[in-house]
Amino acid sequence: MITAERKPMEELTECMKPFGRILLVGCNECVTVCAAGGRKEVGLLSSALQMHFMKENKPFEVKELTLERQCDPEYVEELAPHINQVDAVLSMACGCGVQEIARRYKEKPVFPAVNTKFMGASESQGVWAERCAGCGDCVLGITGGVCPIARCSKQLFNGPCGGSTNGKCEIDSSVDCAWQLIWDRLKALGKVDLYEENIAAKDWRTGRGGGPRKIIREDLAS
Amino acid sequence: MKTDSILEKILAAGHLAVTSECGPPRGALPNKVKEKAELLRGCVDAVNVTDNQTAMVRMSSLAACILLRQMGLNPILQMVTRDRNRLSMQSDILGAYSHNIDNMLCLSGDHPRFGDHPMAANVHDIDSVQFIEMVKTMRDEGKFQGGESIDGPPKMFIGAAANPFADPFELRVARLAKKAKAGVDFIQTQCIYNVDKFAKWMEGVRDRGLDRQVYILAGITPMKSAGMARYMKNKVPGMDVPDELVKRIAGVPKEKQAEEGIKICVETIEQCKEIKGVHGFHIMAIEWEQKVPEIVEKAGLLPRPSVN
Repeated sequence: MITAERKPMEELTECMKPFGRILLVGCNECVTVCAAGGRKEVGLLSSALQMHFMKENKPFEVKELTLERQCDPEYVEELAPHINQVDAVLSMACGCGVQEIARRYKEKPVFPAVNTKFMGASESQGVWAERCAGCGDCVLGITGGVCPIARCSKQLFNGPCGGSTNGKCEIDSSVDCAWQLIWDRLKALGKVDLYEENIAAKDWRTGRGGGPRKIIREDLAS
Repeated sequence: MKTDSILEKILAAGHLAVTSECGPPRGALPNKVKEKAELLRGCVDAVNVTDNQTAMVRMSSLAACILLRQMGLNPILQMVTRDRNRLSMQSDILGAYSHNIDNMLCLSGDHPRFGDHPMAANVHDIDSVQFIEMVKTMRDEGKFQGGESIDGPPKMFIGAAANPFADPFELRVARLAKKAKAGVDFIQTQCIYNVDKFAKWMEGVRDRGLDRQVYILAGITPMKSAGMARYMKNKVPGMDVPDELVKRIAGVPKEKQAEEGIKICVETIEQCKEIKGVHGFHIMAIEWEQKVPEIVEKAGLLPRPSVN
């Protein structure tokens, strides 16, 4: 999923200061799962903002809404009846949702309430870690199911570097060495011969190197 | 001979090669480079010029290499994948070779987290193994990484690093094999303090015949004090400093510790000379370059051979 973290309260109150009525919009997808911007977080942030401005004797109204998917025009359309009643939109979705609102409602200022972090998985209750860099040409089949791009600090395709210590990365002992993980997994699979193959230089055109990306499925596109 | 490199000639002739290191200054003063490099004249075969080592901004390795070349010294251009993409790397390699710099060392580089620009983007367009392959393709096939022909290919003698002491140990020989497969000509190892472990690694290297494919220069760094020994042991990732060594240097009075450090370093060289497959030494006397002539002399590595 796409993970996110709510921005610091001071940053949010600062960017909401010029407005009296806002629409606070959550999303039912990834940000709900990672507890950053779902219905519950919308409620909490709404109260916090109203309390903050109440203490400052500033009139501040919040209309709360949580959409099924903020990255989907069909659901973003649901904001249409409310948009003219507010001065601004504060979105608790990832960057995709914020941009979809900005695209649809051109004259309404929209602000992000969360920092979109990475594509990751839940490691334990309340802990998410990066897993995928979205490079557009998946190598997991030859790296034992551990991504060297997302999980090696130097994105080495032929690691590990000389800083791997006791299975940890040199940048921080709380970070696993991706190449230790890859090696352990290749051993478990009986596929250590894969390590002997040098992985060729990556063609980054499938990733961000090729500019903004788009998928067009002719069978689905109308 | 793959190149016109003097270092290659010395190694090919079967001599024990000696290289050392010159870290460029944190400023634009050419004399700082020249003064440091001058200390190494006559006692080493080639001088590594580091590339923003420890992820701190310094004068570029290429510019400092040119200064060394102008002094009649033989530089090894260090280049890290951290700061440049493949376009920039290849253009600097062409530039270096146009100034008769014909040795280089392909590295991934220290992570920015350790330096003075932790906020900088980490490039790593390619990794060190892919980097070696790129330089080899430029030299042997006369082709850029992107596939087009080079008008006047750079004939670089290609080096890389190996750390026998990092984890997982069982992978360390295999990692060297990957670099050999990519086409590396010579290897400079991480600083050796644990000679037994290094010898064990070399055994694995010989078992795979890698010592006959690449020249291995044993990395040596003299320790100035017990404080430095402790720092290297505890703070530098991938460094293996045995307790006995820390005890030994801490066991002598402070004013004698530097001398003891040099003694240890010379002993290490003597021990490594006995290890089959060691083709020379890379002496990294960090901010202590003036000691290199003494170390080289005491280790019986003078005079340096002359080759044509």
